[in-house]
Amino acid sequence: MSKRLKKRLIRIVICLVAFIAAMVADRLIIKEEGGIPYYVMFAVIYIAIGYDVIKKAFTKLIHGKPMDENFLMVIASVGAFFISECDEAVAVMLFYQIGEWFQAYAVGRSRASIKDLMDIRPDYANLITDDGEKTVDPTEVSLGDIILIKPGEKVPLDGVIIDGNTTLDTMALTGESVPREALCGDRIISGCINLTNVVKVKVEKEFGDSTVAKILDLVENATAKKAKTENFITKFARYYTPVVVILALSVLLIPTLIFGGEFLTWLYRALSFLVISCPCALVISIPLGFFGGIGGAGKAGILVKGSSYLEMLADVDTVVMDKTGTLTKGVFDVNSIVAKRADEADRMLELAALAESYSSHPISLSLKKAYESKGELDKNRLGEVSEIAGKGVVAEVDGAKVYVGNAGLMELYEFKADMPEDEGQTICHVATENGYMGYILISDEVKPDAADCIRKLKDNGVNKIVMLTGDRENAAKRVAGQTGITEYYAGLLPGDKVDRVEDIMGGHTGDGKVAFVGDGINDAPVLARADVGIAMGGLGSDAAIEAADVVIMNDEPVKIALAMKIARKTKIIVKENIVFAIGIKVLILIFAALGFASMWAAVFADVGVAFLAILNSMRTLRIAKSDR
Amino acid sequence: MVKTFILEDLDCAHCAAKIEEEVGKLEGVLKSTCTFLTQKLTLEIDESKAGSITKDVKKVVKKFEPDVTVVEQ
Repeated sequence: MSKRLKKRLIRIVICLVAFIAAMVADRLIIKEEGGIPYYVMFAVIYIAIGYDVIKKAFTKLIHGKPMDENFLMVIASVGAFFISECDEAVAVMLFYQIGEWFQAYAVGRSRASIKDLMDIRPDYANLITDDGEKTVDPTEVSLGDIILIKPGEKVPLDGVIIDGNTTLDTMALTGESVPREALCGDRIISGCINLTNVVKVKVEKEFGDSTVAKILDLVENATAKKAKTENFITKFARYYTPVVVILALSVLLIPTLIFGGEFLTWLYRALSFLVISCPCALVISIPLGFFGGIGGAGKAGILVKGSSYLEMLADVDTVVMDKTGTLTKGVFDVNSIVAKRADEADRMLELAALAESYSSHPISLSLKKAYESKGELDKNRLGEVSEIAGKGVVAEVDGAKVYVGNAGLMELYEFKADMPEDEGQTICHVATENGYMGYILISDEVKPDAADCIRKLKDNGVNKIVMLTGDRENAAKRVAGQTGITEYYAGLLPGDKVDRVEDIMGGHTGDGKVAFVGDGINDAPVLARADVGIAMGGLGSDAAIEAADVVIMNDEPVKIALAMKIARKTKIIVKENIVFAIGIKVLILIFAALGFASMWAAVFADVGVAFLAILNSMRTLRIAKSDR
Repeated sequence: MVKTFILEDLDCAHCAAKIEEEVGKLEGVLKSTCTFLTQKLTLEIDESKAGSITKDVKKVVKKFEPDVTVVEQ
């Protein structure tokens, strides 16, 4: 609680006690209605609790901008004094202040919790200079400088580890609780926390371009892109207050002037009208709801660039997904080894890995990776290597020739190779001078949570899921089958993807929105074209952060479904608030006009409703948590 | 150009909306966004107004929320 808030609370408590004492005194000691002590007593408490509201109302009156809640409260309470309801006048002001205090407290709390989410800004960097280590501001470090990061410190700038191995806590960026290993030579991202060891890092990006600065900038400006609902409420408030004021005037004038109603009774009703009229509940709680949704999503490693995107995400009913890197890992893995003689499987892998050991092709890397889990590759065993473009390699291993490649290579060297059915995997045949040995199946593995993501998307009201890929038909078919996607287009060039998405958007009817999910590296035009562009694996990819509207910081597809769930729930909570706030106000307005609602009810309709709506809005912060 | 102001002690959402609207009407202001929760006023303004805008903004804010302090960022 801030000092200012604490002072206000103390003042409210003192005035509340004084008010109760005055009420008791009034009933038990004074008893006489409308006497001077009665007026003086309540007037003193009234000024003690309301002086700042009165002052504000007057300054605004002088500036010619009187139409706000302070003014309304002053008119209403002065009016109550005028009709000798002194205790009510004080009560109105007192409850108004209590309500305002709660509002300030709730808003302060949500401001603080959102600030916590953004607690990734590094305060300093340990720069290594000729005179030793120096603590500097991250903005003073330049490209190529070497910095030292100790355990427990935040990584201040993006860079590459040049000395030491460690583990990183990426929780603040990805929502991932499992620490990530970072070895010498690995790139690391600012905003992570170094957990275990001291590492030396060569800086690759200046602070302004580093991940942490980009994310902070993005989140801080997220609320500037206002949702339609927010704009609607601002407009609504603009007309609403004057309308209620006119209504209040007619409540006072029509019955008294035309029907000869009692002036004081109708004045009281008109004043209640004014108190109810403040649109605060709506004006605060709606942006707060969106803000909470964005903040909660941020904590789960989902960056939403603005409330307008959160709102659109809630309306998504069609999701178009890229295959490689989004649904699959984008890394090739050896799936199975089919050897002519079962006992030769390991030897086949060894020969293939050796033959391909100088290549950096993804297929070669997968062979090497698969072998390295079994033993060390000794490159000295490798002799001459010749690459046959588009077919494979012929290499000398231990002095004997080894042939590793596709069916074309086998044909070229007249080996009789087995031809398995094409199930969308890459087939790598292996043969030696002694004859054909068998083949190795390699494929880009589907992410473990991809199928879960598709199922959850469907549960969340997405009725059309389409996969796009530049890969072959069979590879696409395999991934579609494994994830449960029924509609896909294969063999697309990057430009074709934009056309496809446009086709889907064009053929799309109703208010539903189309989202595109890609890994952001070469999908930027499609991400921009779709209603909502979602980039996967934003950690470390600037292109993704810039092109997309929503960024999933790690590479779990299931987060797409979570993002959608947060968006939907946020929208529901915002709607609840609109219906609740307008509903209660209209109801109490009617009661007030009929004379059933006292000034107390009016105060509740103003600050009570605002407070409840704020509490409801703050639930949005916790949607992501409840999903775990 | 874009200019950002922090509105310290801004605690009335309705006033934030009013400030956004009124500042938006100032000469040389192309776009005005006031975010109640971050207490930030972000303006897109004409280069020629860069010098005088702070004074104008302070005037508007004083009118609606005399308690708020405008801090230029």
